[in-house]
Amino acid sequence: MSAVAEEFITEDGRKIGAVVMEMKNITLKFGGVVAIKDISFDIRQGEIRAIIGPNGAGKSSMLNVISGFYHPQEGEVWYKGARRPTMRPYQVAAQGIARTFQNIALFEGMSVLDNVMTGRLTHMKTNMFQQGLWYGKARAEEIENRQKAEEIIDFLEIQAIRKTPVGRLPYGLKKRVELARALAAEPSILLLDEPMAGMNVEEKEDMSRFILDVNDEFGTTIALIEHDMGVVMDLSDRVVVMDYGKKIGDGTPDEVRNNQNVIDAYLGVAHD
Amino acid sequence: MPEQFIWGIEVFLNGLMAGVLYALVALGFVLIYKASGIFNYAQGVMALFAAMTLVGIMNGQVPFAHLINAIFGTNVHHFGWHVPAFVAILLTACVMVGFAWIVQRFIFRHLVGQEPIILFMATIGLAYFLEGVSDLMWNSEIKKLDVGLPQGINFAIDDYTYGIFGYGFFIDNLDIVATIIAAILVLALTIFSQYSKQGRAMRAVADDHQAALSVGVSLNFVWIMVWSVAGFVALVAGIMWGTKSGVQFSLSLIALKALPVLMLGGFTSIPGAIVGGLIIGVGEKLFEFAVGPMIGGATENWFAYVLALIFLVFRPQGLFGEKIIERV
Amino acid sequence: MFYRESGDFKTTYIDDDQTFPIKFDRYRYYAVMFVAFAIIPFMVNDYWVNAIFLPFLIYSIAAIGLNILVGYCGQVSLGTGGFMAVGAYAVYKLMTAFPDVSIVFHIFAAGAITAAVGVLFGLPSLRIKGFYLAVATLAAQFFLVWLFNRVPWFYNYSASGQINAPERTVFGEAVTGPNVNAWAVYLICLVFVTITALIARNLTRGTLGRKWMAIRDMDIAAEIIGVNPLTAKMSAFAVSSFFIGISGALFFAVYLGAAETGEAFGITKSFLILFMIIIGGLGSIFGSFAGAAFLVLLPVFLKVVGADWLGVPTDIVAHFQLVIVGALIILFLVLEPHGLAQLWRVAKEKLRLWPFPH
Repeated sequence: MSAVAEEFITEDGRKIGAVVMEMKNITLKFGGVVAIKDISFDIRQGEIRAIIGPNGAGKSSMLNVISGFYHPQEGEVWYKGARRPTMRPYQVAAQGIARTFQNIALFEGMSVLDNVMTGRLTHMKTNMFQQGLWYGKARAEEIENRQKAEEIIDFLEIQAIRKTPVGRLPYGLKKRVELARALAAEPSILLLDEPMAGMNVEEKEDMSRFILDVNDEFGTTIALIEHDMGVVMDLSDRVVVMDYGKKIGDGTPDEVRNNQNVIDAYLGVAHD
Repeated sequence: MPEQFIWGIEVFLNGLMAGVLYALVALGFVLIYKASGIFNYAQGVMALFAAMTLVGIMNGQVPFAHLINAIFGTNVHHFGWHVPAFVAILLTACVMVGFAWIVQRFIFRHLVGQEPIILFMATIGLAYFLEGVSDLMWNSEIKKLDVGLPQGINFAIDDYTYGIFGYGFFIDNLDIVATIIAAILVLALTIFSQYSKQGRAMRAVADDHQAALSVGVSLNFVWIMVWSVAGFVALVAGIMWGTKSGVQFSLSLIALKALPVLMLGGFTSIPGAIVGGLIIGVGEKLFEFAVGPMIGGATENWFAYVLALIFLVFRPQGLFGEKIIERV
Repeated sequence: MFYRESGDFKTTYIDDDQTFPIKFDRYRYYAVMFVAFAIIPFMVNDYWVNAIFLPFLIYSIAAIGLNILVGYCGQVSLGTGGFMAVGAYAVYKLMTAFPDVSIVFHIFAAGAITAAVGVLFGLPSLRIKGFYLAVATLAAQFFLVWLFNRVPWFYNYSASGQINAPERTVFGEAVTGPNVNAWAVYLICLVFVTITALIARNLTRGTLGRKWMAIRDMDIAAEIIGVNPLTAKMSAFAVSSFFIGISGALFFAVYLGAAETGEAFGITKSFLILFMIIIGGLGSIFGSFAGAAFLVLLPVFLKVVGADWLGVPTDIVAHFQLVIVGALIILFLVLEPHGLAQLWRVAKEKLRLWPFPH
């Protein structure tokens, strides 16, 4: 897509980079049910990109396509300028795409620290035999990655619970730990699946702050799904709106807010 | 017609009959699994316990005689009466209901909401416990069980097939009776679970036990009922196998025969249990007949498992399961 | 000396990562190692070694192996007996085929062979999950036992169908065969236990361990954050079978001396090891030891109390043993699903605050 300018200025004057990921005409079906129908959009370097839409619009499916969990029947995913072949999710993760989940998917039997360390897995290269010996390479690697993990833990202010088993944490903290795990991977794109679902106002504010900080400090590109329109409009640089598996709007928050299709979808429209 | 082929048909028929018995045991598993999510490894030992209790009651054995004698220095063995088979079966069924209540009250009530694997391990513990109890209660000798089922070669079939093939098929009367009884039982269970009030409650619990609880189904009652029905199925299976090869420890191993049936048919499907049982019964008999002699025999020990394993690798949801769509 | 971590500050991640972060634990661990290596060998006799120490040590290895698969990686296996048989027959074939090579090497090689077989039978775990997998592993159990029973090559065409361990020495001291000293067999097993426990500890605290636990806790999420399920599961099967193979090899060569598959490595063995890790604690190396100790000592204890002291007939004692083991398993699951290891942990938590718990 050379027609698109390499740089893009957002409403509030922020400069965001070139296209890093592009979805081209994605169609996803489960048996006869069409979850996503012919959707295209792009994600630019360093932006916060939101995908919104009513329940069952196919937002989560879209995220699952990006993270390689679902394989679309039609369409292509372009990543960093090359077409991405059909990949297993762990290969996608190795390419630098990390995510959180709508219903928290932490490893409940492990401590917070271990959970965050799993986020570093894609960066750890020692093999089974080196790890069995432990001393030497394996330990050096462990310590090095532990340092990275601790930085994230500091950043998200969860030092106090680092050795607590995740199963014992309250909901809001779990969400934060999940974000920490995704961040620990130092992803080039971070996917957030309803990061604020089920939170109270205060927790939402905290989470919004963390998301902005992440974007600001690490320059991480973020794609997020959210129900809460207010939050989305404040946070994101550009918004895709989906309804019944179709894209009905795409643009800056202001453009989307004034889009007739979007208003219809959200407020309802009289059918004849 | 070549002899091999005719023998093959005979093996096939015998395999079908064995398959019905496997299906019967598998049915006990399916019932409990459907209603409570418990994969009941103790089903085989329940069959053993039921058969031993039946024999014990029929012969008027004194329960725990050996233990009592050892502690008090007495020498009791039998009450000296014989109970008719029909009454004994009823009494044993009552014992199985009591057992169901005990299991529910003292074990699984405390394990509600635990992970399936914990429940499974609890049933392995239960199997050990019950095996020890049945040995203590009725001693571990091999016992003969005779509730009046016909046994021995069926001459009608023998004559009939001799007339056609010039070779008489050996088919045991007991197998024929077992097939008929198993078929009736399966039919009855299906009707029970589809059309009766309790059956509907059972299916509701199977689907979502919290939702069932919220519309007023008594979980406790349903679970005791299911365990009772499974106990009854175990009793029937115990009678069949006990009559065939004596009541002894190896009877509990029929549980191991039922497991591959479950893998093939799926843990939750009654038709799956039946079809799976038949496939395994026929498959292992035919394999032993055709390939067994070449590779050392006794392939029945593992054939069913390997068959089920290979099948599952290609179709993980089993014969009758629906394709699983994974979600996050 | 108080059982405290306060005042014992960790200033590096290496310190924070060690196995026994509390000083008291560390000293206790050194003390246990000292007693095990330097005192017990001088005190043991045949009865103690054969009735308690050898089974305990050998089952501990198997329990650690199974715990890696079940407790850490969440893949339930009922094929332990079969895999132990692979280890036993592998070491037997190696011992008889290469009599000049050290037995220690043979035992490791037997572990490696078992690992390969374990991976083979573990492959279905990529498609089959939960109970289906548990039942599928029974295929390994029954098939392997059948194979070793029916194919004469495996038992060197011996008339009895049994395998017998010839005499082999380590540093000039016999460790297999009929003329062994109690302390020698004890020590060789102890060395293997120590090595395997250390390897297991290192693997489970590092990257691989986290991959296993991630697969155990939520396999889909694990794959999405970058765990390759194939390598994670297969490595668990390999490591687990490696340990179980070593345990099987020791069980046959050092402990039994002569074995027949169906009897020594039947399905009851699979369950025995499984019970050890349930009672001891899933996902805990310490638990593997605790569970093995418990289930080795229980029958000895019952026999001593029941048959020798109270004079109850041995068959009744045997039946009671089933009842008690069964009841204990249920009791453990009801009261403490995380096993002895959890009780131990709770005790330590309490001790840490003692004598001022509030």
